[in-house]
Amino acid sequence: MLTNYLGIVSLTENDSKLKSLTATRPLGSIPIFGRYRVIDFVLSNLVNAGVTNVGILAPTKSRSLIDHVGTGKPWNLNRKVDGLYIFNYSYDPSSISDIKLLKSNMEFLFRSKKEMVIFTLSHMICNIDFKEVAKYHEESNADITVVYKKVSNEDDLFLDAPTLILDQDSKVIGVGKNIGRRTLVNISLDIFLLSKEFLIECILSCLENGNCGLFRDFVYKNVQNMNVNAYEFKGYVGCINSISSYFKVSMDMLNVDIQSELFSKERPIYTKSNDSPPTRYFSTCEVENSFISNGCLIKGKVKNSIISRGVVIEKDAVVENSIIFSKCIIKSGAVLKNVILDKNVVIDSNATLIGHNKNPLVMEKQSKVYLSVLKEVKRL
Amino acid sequence: MNGLKREIIAMILAGGQGSRLKELTKANAKPAVEFGGKYRIIDFTLSNCTNSSIDVVGVLTQYQPFTLHCHIGIGTAWDLDRTKGGVYILPPHTNDSGGNWYKGTADAIYQNMNFVELFSPEYLLVLSGDHIYTMNYQEMLKFHKEKKADVTIACIEVPIQEASRFGIMNTKEDNRIYEFEEKPKHPKNNLASMGIYIFNWERLKRYLKEDAKDENSDHDFGKNIIPKMLKGGEKLFAYPFRGYWKDVGTVESYWEANMDLLNESCPIDAPSCSLDLYNDEFKVYTSSIAYPPQYIAPGANVKKSMIVEGCCIWGEVCNSVLSYNVYVGKNAKVINSVILSNSHIEDGAVVENAIICSGAKVSKGCIVRGKPGKIAVVPENKNQSSNLILE
Repeated sequence: MLTNYLGIVSLTENDSKLKSLTATRPLGSIPIFGRYRVIDFVLSNLVNAGVTNVGILAPTKSRSLIDHVGTGKPWNLNRKVDGLYIFNYSYDPSSISDIKLLKSNMEFLFRSKKEMVIFTLSHMICNIDFKEVAKYHEESNADITVVYKKVSNEDDLFLDAPTLILDQDSKVIGVGKNIGRRTLVNISLDIFLLSKEFLIECILSCLENGNCGLFRDFVYKNVQNMNVNAYEFKGYVGCINSISSYFKVSMDMLNVDIQSELFSKERPIYTKSNDSPPTRYFSTCEVENSFISNGCLIKGKVKNSIISRGVVIEKDAVVENSIIFSKCIIKSGAVLKNVILDKNVVIDSNATLIGHNKNPLVMEKQSKVYLSVLKEVKRL
Repeated sequence: MNGLKREIIAMILAGGQGSRLKELTKANAKPAVEFGGKYRIIDFTLSNCTNSSIDVVGVLTQYQPFTLHCHIGIGTAWDLDRTKGGVYILPPHTNDSGGNWYKGTADAIYQNMNFVELFSPEYLLVLSGDHIYTMNYQEMLKFHKEKKADVTIACIEVPIQEASRFGIMNTKEDNRIYEFEEKPKHPKNNLASMGIYIFNWERLKRYLKEDAKDENSDHDFGKNIIPKMLKGGEKLFAYPFRGYWKDVGTVESYWEANMDLLNESCPIDAPSCSLDLYNDEFKVYTSSIAYPPQYIAPGANVKKSMIVEGCCIWGEVCNSVLSYNVYVGKNAKVINSVILSNSHIEDGAVVENAIICSGAKVSKGCIVRGKPGKIAVVPENKNQSSNLILE
């Protein structure tokens, strides 16, 4: 168990292609797979490896995140010694910098007795055994170990993600950007293992040189001057960096193999429970190939969809290929195809919403759809 | 003791064996038996306390308490992990004059008199840990105060032909009880005691002490204490309850209560016909386990059922209640049944009018079939690899 490791989760992902879901929340607290939020996966990966001390850097829009994470109890992080810390203020919201945030909370690093750090973002969804990565890192004597995955560029899933150029010893000798041209690339998962001492050294040197941006950019820019080592992860990775990738990754959960890998029995994924009753399926319902959370009342038709908690689907409503967030109400005769409904959306009787199967239609939180709208969203 | 004074505290009697539930309570106290998909029976009473703003709750345990103790923990799930007060597990104990098992419901309270005294309550609410209902005890307390009662007993109208299974109360116009008959052969009416009492604590103490000295007593509230109080001229009132209530005493009534949850044609003016689990203002809490959402696979057929997280359904599920992490294989049929957690219904198996206890497995193509009034039960962790058909 990684008793000597500190976890730092930096919620500084670029959410410019997810604006309709991140207007009121950081990327890390976007609801996903029915009952989870994006950050649950990285938090669970950390605690499943025995990490008991986690700092979350949440520069902006952190209300929903703090509401979700709370004291960290669902992840067993409500502790007297170590436990969970959230750093969520930023002097200057225009420049999101995890380095500045760490600098202004150096106390956290000095106080912690841990000597090693796992520094990660939240948007790469996977079920990874950090114990293995740590072992690899410690045996390598590198300054930093970065986790990567070999992917072929179908569906532009990992577009814009950093790519690692490796030598034959898995040393990182250069870092590029995935623009979707090459067929096989090493996508960085933005997960770094390093010693706390070295992290502090990096922060201070950033400040001295006046480049206070993101820690990951600092590492990628300086691979030549440091000993950076790469660890290949071979499991499933879902990268959440745009509405279409969010949609695709969500739908991956309807694949039984991916489902059982991500929600493995050995390394469960924890989340905040909200005491929903069981879901009721009524005599009139037709449900097929769907992932459904507790607390729903289903009287209509649901196919190839992901349904969050407390959703009501009335008789003769049709929900297909869609993702419904919690507490939505879909009234009778409504038809939804390729749609994402954010929380508390009400779809009136007989309204029709149809999106594109690669680029779904997103209805923002609390919106109400009254009239019949027929929308075809074309990708430009 | 600062901050411990309370107007009312609750004591939940959760030590009974519930032997008529047979396989379900072989290794498990009745209050800890799974119910309604994600709950255990005691969740209803504990949640009622939470929802009635009662924050001191003693739980008296005795028979097979391990699962129950684990489930309750420090009471976090019900918001009963308070710095002052909260939930207290009260098992039988020894002291300098020896020690005893709890001999009856009244004796269990008598043995914990010191605990109750810590909170110097005006009123003591005595509850059972094995009933399925939702109720706001504050309303009953209000009734108790208005009537200036010494004891208030919650009661419910039962079908007259079943009345001889209950403690029956004969009341006057103003709900005052003039006669109490424990399981009468020829009941005079159908007003049954729900085993929920509010006592004036000072008054009850006297009777408990007297009863403890009485060697012929069974030390039971219904059998001994209530009749003695009536005889002693105390003011007993019946509090009429109109919601859903079920004492799941037998395998059949346990199965029925689960089936009641699936009722789709409850008239709005008949709250007693089914339990409302979907009232956000009056949630039923339980300690949750981390499972992914339920997966209804391609080709599955689910109708009129209640299903929880962690389940994986490939076959047909109709008119059934499923607990956590249940697998129903391809072409399997689950009809009119209650399936408890972590059980496995393999491909092509048929389960009808049955209860499958937790961790059990019904092997490929096997048939487990009971009939209403004679429910088939597959015991905990059993691998059912042959047919089980009750004629």
